Amino acid sequence: MMDILLQEDSIISPLGFSTSENIKAIKAGNSGLQFHENSRIQNGGCYAGILDASLLADKFSDIGDAKKFTKLEQMMLLATQSVLNSNQLNLSETALIISSTKGNIDLLDNSQNFSKNRASLNYLARVIQEFFGFKHKPIIVSNACISGGLAVAIAKRFIQVGKFNDAIVVAGDLVSDFVTSGFQSFQSLSATPCKPFSKNRDGISLGEAAAAILVSNKERKGNNISLVGDATSNDANHISGPSRTGEGLYKSIQRALQESKLSASEIDYLCAHGTATIFNDEMEAVAFNRAELVHVPINSFKGFYGHTLGASALIENILTKHSLLNNELYPSLNFEGLGVSKPINIIQKFEKKELKTALKTASGFGGCNLAMILKKSFNGYS
Amino acid sequence: MDIARKHFITNSIRIKNGKIFLNKETILSLDPKIDFSQFLKDAYKQLALKYPKYHKMDSLCKLGVLGSTILLRDQDFTENTALVFSNASSSHDIDIKHKQSMESIVSPAVFVYTLPNIVLGEISIKHKLQSENVFFIEDQFNADLLVDYSETLLKSGKASSVVCGWIELKNDQYDVLLCLVSNNGEIPFTREKLEELYRFDNE
Repeated sequence: MMDILLQEDSIISPLGFSTSENIKAIKAGNSGLQFHENSRIQNGGCYAGILDASLLADKFSDIGDAKKFTKLEQMMLLATQSVLNSNQLNLSETALIISSTKGNIDLLDNSQNFSKNRASLNYLARVIQEFFGFKHKPIIVSNACISGGLAVAIAKRFIQVGKFNDAIVVAGDLVSDFVTSGFQSFQSLSATPCKPFSKNRDGISLGEAAAAILVSNKERKGNNISLVGDATSNDANHISGPSRTGEGLYKSIQRALQESKLSASEIDYLCAHGTATIFNDEMEAVAFNRAELVHVPINSFKGFYGHTLGASALIENILTKHSLLNNELYPSLNFEGLGVSKPINIIQKFEKKELKTALKTASGFGGCNLAMILKKSFNGYS
Repeated sequence: MDIARKHFITNSIRIKNGKIFLNKETILSLDPKIDFSQFLKDAYKQLALKYPKYHKMDSLCKLGVLGSTILLRDQDFTENTALVFSNASSSHDIDIKHKQSMESIVSPAVFVYTLPNIVLGEISIKHKLQSENVFFIEDQFNADLLVDYSETLLKSGKASSVVCGWIELKNDQYDVLLCLVSNNGEIPFTREKLEELYRFDNE
């Protein structure tokens, strides 16, 4: 089977306007999570990773008129532009795959300066397509919190059957009132910046970000990370509660390993979902133990970004790729003592280490789970 | 070599305008003027779903569980039968209800349905599927995407069979086509055949 390469990428988040700025912030231990006042919320607000709108508009003015685009559109357009800048791509042949859970949902009944149908994901996708002039209609994936990673897997699967050779995958989601009020009703917002896998974790922090990546079967200079296995599996257990046995996550890991022809013992690094809810993190620890990944260094990036929903699995996929390229393990921010019933090997300090393979996982509402295996090509560039 | 011909549309279900068709045959015909929630109740009763959880679901999930249950009755499928669904309006039907509730008290029982792929979760629970899932958003029915993606799952061995289709709900107007795609059957799994099944909604 042909190699599917993860190439140029970009992350637009409170930690920075490029992947390198984001990684620099992560290495410095900076978090995008800050307390934001919100009268809807019991404590008068919550910790969230929110992008400064005027800073964003300022950055966006380099490529367009910020007044004509929503905040999310500006973020996703900037992410896409950055990937396109670095490559000579023929946009009449390049696929565009968009991932978002809620898009511009706050426009649904209050469209502000925009038309009402701008709340639709179809509209969002069309904005991105037309801004750059992609010839083909975008593919839109909306599959809860695995969306961003699933979109990359879909790119790979289509490339492997010859539907196209290059795909730009773009993901984005906002910290909307819509989503904040919903998680508040679930009482799953953390009173502090979220603490994945920790003893005293008490829920998620929300975050907003956009990211983009070029997925391709053509070798280009400076990229040698392949996506060698990927699988999704539904828990078939509960639509909002994770399976106690980690069934779907375990199955997706097994299936991804099988495709990659690697064994669990060959995985050098595991980038978990780690939302910091009691049940999610416990479920992941159970699944990782069943999959014999107890000793693999593992982190969650949610302490840096919060949960960026449909963008999270793409951002974390990009960060996993750079961990491999840089041979660096980044600490799981806000970790305060293991708070899951099964042992896992949380990364607690920055470490330089030769890394060849990594596993990225994600889980979401609707019982969905995703596992992806990234591998460094030994004869590639670095 | 035309590998696509190896797979067939084994079974199909169409739900629209108060009617339900199984393989183009009418199995339920209600007055198209009855309101949508009554249609969902009557269809449940008359088609003997016997799945009390149904009543707790949002309308999009009810349509999906209703459709998939009739589609998969007496059919061979496994836990690796994938779900490849699409629509235009995502979960906006319930999103609007959640938005309205934001003025007063937000209910987690409503919020939990505000993602289009929740219907895949409900169908997976009902039929014990631990398979590949995806929910695509399209501005209109796109047979190409459904066929192409289902084929990638079948050819790569990621799925043994696939339930694919369209499940649109907007302003109480519903439009559903679900197909079971497997190695069995006579109708080749092609864009043309899928289009034809989608266009068919009256005898």
